[in-house]
Amino acid sequence: MPTTYLEAIREGLWEEMERDPGVFLIGEDIGTYGGAFKVTAGFIEHFGERRVVDTPISEAGIVGAAIGAGLMGLRPVAEMQFADFITCGFDQIVNFAAKCRYRWGAAVPMVVRAPSGGGIHGGPFHSQNPEMWFVKTPGLKVVCPATAYDAKGLIKSAVRDNDPVIFFEHKALYRRIKEDLPAGDFTVPIGKARIARPGRDLTVVTYGAMVWVALDAAETLAAEGIEMEVVDLRTLLPLDRETVCESVKRTSKVLLLHEDTRTAGMAGELAATISESVFEYLDAPIVRVTAPDTPVPFSPPLEEAFLPNAAKVIDKARWLHRY
Amino acid sequence: MSITPACPSESEPAPANSAAQAELARRMLYFMALMRETEDRIERKLYRQGKILGGVYVGRGQEAIPVGSALHSLPEDVLLPSHRDMAVFFIRGIPLGRIFAQYMGRVDGLTRGRDGNMHMGDMSAGLVAIISALAASVPVAAGVALALRYRGTNGIAFSYFGDGSTSRGDWHEGVNMATVLKLPVVYVCNNNQYAYSTPLSGQMACANVADRGPAYGMPAEIVDGNDVLAVYAATGRAVAHARAGHGPYLLECKTFRMTGHSAHDAAEYVPPALFEEWAKRDPILRLEQRMIENGWDDRAAIDAVHARVHQEVDAAVAWADERPFPDPATLSGQVYDGE
Repeated sequence: MPTTYLEAIREGLWEEMERDPGVFLIGEDIGTYGGAFKVTAGFIEHFGERRVVDTPISEAGIVGAAIGAGLMGLRPVAEMQFADFITCGFDQIVNFAAKCRYRWGAAVPMVVRAPSGGGIHGGPFHSQNPEMWFVKTPGLKVVCPATAYDAKGLIKSAVRDNDPVIFFEHKALYRRIKEDLPAGDFTVPIGKARIARPGRDLTVVTYGAMVWVALDAAETLAAEGIEMEVVDLRTLLPLDRETVCESVKRTSKVLLLHEDTRTAGMAGELAATISESVFEYLDAPIVRVTAPDTPVPFSPPLEEAFLPNAAKVIDKARWLHRY
Repeated sequence: MSITPACPSESEPAPANSAAQAELARRMLYFMALMRETEDRIERKLYRQGKILGGVYVGRGQEAIPVGSALHSLPEDVLLPSHRDMAVFFIRGIPLGRIFAQYMGRVDGLTRGRDGNMHMGDMSAGLVAIISALAASVPVAAGVALALRYRGTNGIAFSYFGDGSTSRGDWHEGVNMATVLKLPVVYVCNNNQYAYSTPLSGQMACANVADRGPAYGMPAEIVDGNDVLAVYAATGRAVAHARAGHGPYLLECKTFRMTGHSAHDAAEYVPPALFEEWAKRDPILRLEQRMIENGWDDRAAIDAVHARVHQEVDAAVAWADERPFPDPATLSGQVYDGE
């Protein structure tokens, strides 16, 4: 019975709550209602109000309370209804949580779950990809799973991690992808990328929902005899530079892909890393495919134009291959 | 919900000759004098000598608030002091030398030179470090209190802030969260009437910070913040309320900032008459007077407390000044666990 991305997160949370009595959930409408996306449906009935804490509409309050509980040695998992609302708790995350260990040696084990990404016609305030705001903050970990297996394995690792983890769940993947998951306890390490598809001719480095776009594009390109390797970062901070550079050394051509907007996106950091570390291996310029520098628009034709897709990747990949 | 106004007669201790009262007053005097002398040394000596750089914020004239409140804390309680609450650190057992080392940026400071001044904490002593956006500690206090209850302890959180913090959104979110979830938090507001250069009237349109309490369904009390016995008595009521599971309780301690916002601020925007008026209400002088009047101690015994404090501060400064600065090679460790 295949498990969806959403069910994988839910199973991971459930198993961690069964395993560790210090794990609890805090957020808006997560109890009887089960959360805006129903990730926590059924939790309050099983674990009770003590461990599934419904709060007022109060993102700074939720994150602040999670920090306080984390400082006390509990393992809070805070839910943002949409990643877009995480700005309301921004100071708590980047100034409070991220700096406690560095400043005074205090651990803040805390997960902030943030449903992000477009493709659901959510408009400018229900579709953003705010991961880079947090990647710029030393002390945080930033996770963006693409598969059900990684979603489950990474949420479990995030809960067990002794540092604050911002866990971006791509909304468009929630019910769209599924796979058979192994029975029993497993985790996926934070900070390790994976090769989602091997290839010899060029590398595409991406994460989140764009992994599926890259895999689609790779399938089409393969029919043309172009073998594109797909690197799924899985974690953006800490960044697995080694896996990226090793892939570039094998293929010598690289395309950087993300759903986030272009300027100061992850592609910029990756391009600098590749240029610093494996410049001599490159046979072509580093190419980016990203969203443009605009807010995420609502109307379907505008949103489709905004989002990167397989056709845009294929176009750039062919160009790179010819170079 | 009602707001209890300050009533000096209520704070009069009775019976005046009880040995326990006298002993409590001695502890109060010691901690207030230690805070005054420590901060005088920091602001008037070490800062001017260039041995302390950056921001220096003191609680001169406001010592009764941290002392009168934190003396109620039990080992299992957690305190989130603000930047004018130095005595909280003494009461929780942080060695004085480490505090001077903190201010001087030495490795033996609580943050090992990674942060300065009052930005320090130690969870083993139940102390959470502030960040510069002071009201950010208020929602964190809610989480601390939630964890104390979650674990089934009798502990409570002491959340400290100034009048200016109550203008911030996260103050309101934190208080609302704690009242809705009925968490064991005692809020201790140091209303010293200025937030940097902004007087209270530019900070809020209501007359008292305590007026905000009933809006959250929370009892609130106005306290003479320059009377340590009054702060102690009011905190006792607040602590009993929170520990009994009745939810948060707000204490507004009215006082006055006898300095600028920080050492670099001459506070020329404060009418000089206000300083003169409030100097007469100095909390240390008032306690000493009360101790003598009630026969708890004589002048000589009080002078001996100040002499002891002076010696302790001398020794702590000498110790801290010999501690090393951090090695630049340690710049990047401990950003994450295991580093």
